[in-house]
Amino acid sequence: MTPADRGAGLAIETRGLTKRFGHQLAVNAIDLAVPRGSVFGFLGPNGSGKTTTIRMMLGLAAATAGSVTVLGLDMPRRLDEVLPQVGALVEGPAFYPFLSGAANLHRFDAADRHATPGTRRARVAEALERVGLSHAARKKVRAYSLGMKQRLGIANALLSHRELLVLDEPTNGLDPQGTREVRSLVRSLAADGATVFVSSHLLAEVEQICTHAAIMSAGRLVAQGPLPELRQAGSAQLRLLTPDAAAASGVLVRFGMAPVVGHPDGAGAVITATLPDGAGGLPGNGARSTETFAPESIVAALVADGVRVRGFTVERGSLEDRFVALTGEGFDVAQ
Amino acid sequence: MSRSDDTGMAAREARRPPSSASLVVSELTLLFRRRRTQALLLALAAIPVLIAVVVRVSTAVPAGRGPAFLDRITQNGLFVGVTALIVSVPLFLPLTIGVVAGDTIAGEAGLGTLRYMLVAPAGRVRLLIVKYVGAAAFCIAAPVAVALAGAAIGAALFPVGPVTLLSGDVVEPGEAVGRMLLIAAYQMVSLLGLSAIGLFLSTLTDVPVGAMAATIVLSVGSQVLDQLPQLEWLHPWLFSHYWFGFADLLRQPIGWDSFTSNALLQAGYIAVFGALAYGRFVSKDVLS
Repeated sequence: MTPADRGAGLAIETRGLTKRFGHQLAVNAIDLAVPRGSVFGFLGPNGSGKTTTIRMMLGLAAATAGSVTVLGLDMPRRLDEVLPQVGALVEGPAFYPFLSGAANLHRFDAADRHATPGTRRARVAEALERVGLSHAARKKVRAYSLGMKQRLGIANALLSHRELLVLDEPTNGLDPQGTREVRSLVRSLAADGATVFVSSHLLAEVEQICTHAAIMSAGRLVAQGPLPELRQAGSAQLRLLTPDAAAASGVLVRFGMAPVVGHPDGAGAVITATLPDGAGGLPGNGARSTETFAPESIVAALVADGVRVRGFTVERGSLEDRFVALTGEGFDVAQ
Repeated sequence: MSRSDDTGMAAREARRPPSSASLVVSELTLLFRRRRTQALLLALAAIPVLIAVVVRVSTAVPAGRGPAFLDRITQNGLFVGVTALIVSVPLFLPLTIGVVAGDTIAGEAGLGTLRYMLVAPAGRVRLLIVKYVGAAAFCIAAPVAVALAGAAIGAALFPVGPVTLLSGDVVEPGEAVGRMLLIAAYQMVSLLGLSAIGLFLSTLTDVPVGAMAATIVLSVGSQVLDQLPQLEWLHPWLFSHYWFGFADLLRQPIGWDSFTSNALLQAGYIAVFGALAYGRFVSKDVLS
């Protein structure tokens, strides 16, 4: 958390941010707080309002209500001061197909009035190098694969020194190596002190690189906070392997759990139970109860009662469990 | 260029205040390096070539028939350019302008590059102005392409000599070329209003073909309305009203009246449609 402390304040802050398209509320009064120096995962199913939120942050679309502050300045009023410090990949890469990769970057860099023309060539080369596209710099973008376009889009975001990077689905279309490279790129950008705002529907990706996350569902912000807190808000599952099912159940009931006994094979019973976590899953409330129900104290109690413990695991709910719990199962998530 | 040159240049340019020169250069390069633009200019240049070749291979041109000056080409090659410019006015020039002006904003939106230009940040007003500068540059290039190709093919296939103007005065070939460039300049001014209309239409859609077609349809519509005597009160306000008014440039001394009226009218169209484009584009949600 050291980078977050240093930054003093928030890189992005929205208050009651709302976007309405006709009768549809695409973004519904969200209060987003992205700490400076964080790698912030912006999660949500397709159609939950992530990209619309990003468009409002970058001044591409006007908010119906509410406000956005980026790097401490009002958007879109201070757009000219904010955007030169922001690198962005919005809703997939887009380029002039009849220009080469390098020519495309030259074009976008020329659009930035504050970019120095004299260093343009060097900066373009460096950005291409950083995403591993130097060999294809002279190739027309028409001939690029989806993954190469994605890399070029990221290179475009890295043309100048940036305080904030907004990357919308940065690993879309990338092969596993490319995905790994993007992860390490994001880490190195964060190590340089930049705030990285990554929108994604790939939870594993977010779990691996992010320090903070927010979850959108149908236009609403349903959770946000540091990643460990978000994970802990979900309840933990206990799994016990023992031949002494009855005695074990008795112990677990004493702890206030509702054990479920299963017999997967002849060797003994598999007992599963949900660790009681006190309150109903608000971020930050999970930590309190885990002390009284520490796994080792449960095992000690089981052994003291003569239960032969052959296997014992406590699994903290994954971000995926939390995500599904908040956004619902299946494809019916976006109305 | 060596590395040391690069860094020296960087040090010099770092002291410069922020400017729009880079973006204007980028826009013009993008426009004129594009195959489509080159094809449009080539197609325009093909018009005088076609006229000259047809006249050359045919035995005789009946006087007084066909486009103006067609019958004079065999005596003087300089008339190829003039004839081709006249032939291009009603359709070919507006067609190419429609393609370029209709593509300005909608083309970027269609490619999705508009959002990256705005995030760069290009600035909406600045981008709109630079886009119009690009379209205006094409308004210069298009008639000049016709005039130059006409002069070249005319000189190659026919004798070149002193030209008799509409007023009966005779001028040397050098001055005649100057007059032809004046006609090209006149047409450039004529097309600026249409370009502003195209720019505005281009801010309304993310589909460039739609904006192009609408611009071309308007240019034809305006000319049709200009033909209807019932709408005589409207005629001076139609952007195509003075499109054929360049005959005054072929008199001695040159009559500038229609040039001035045309310039004022086009300036009015630029002001009105520039303002409409501004109003639309500055508040537009870029969702493409």
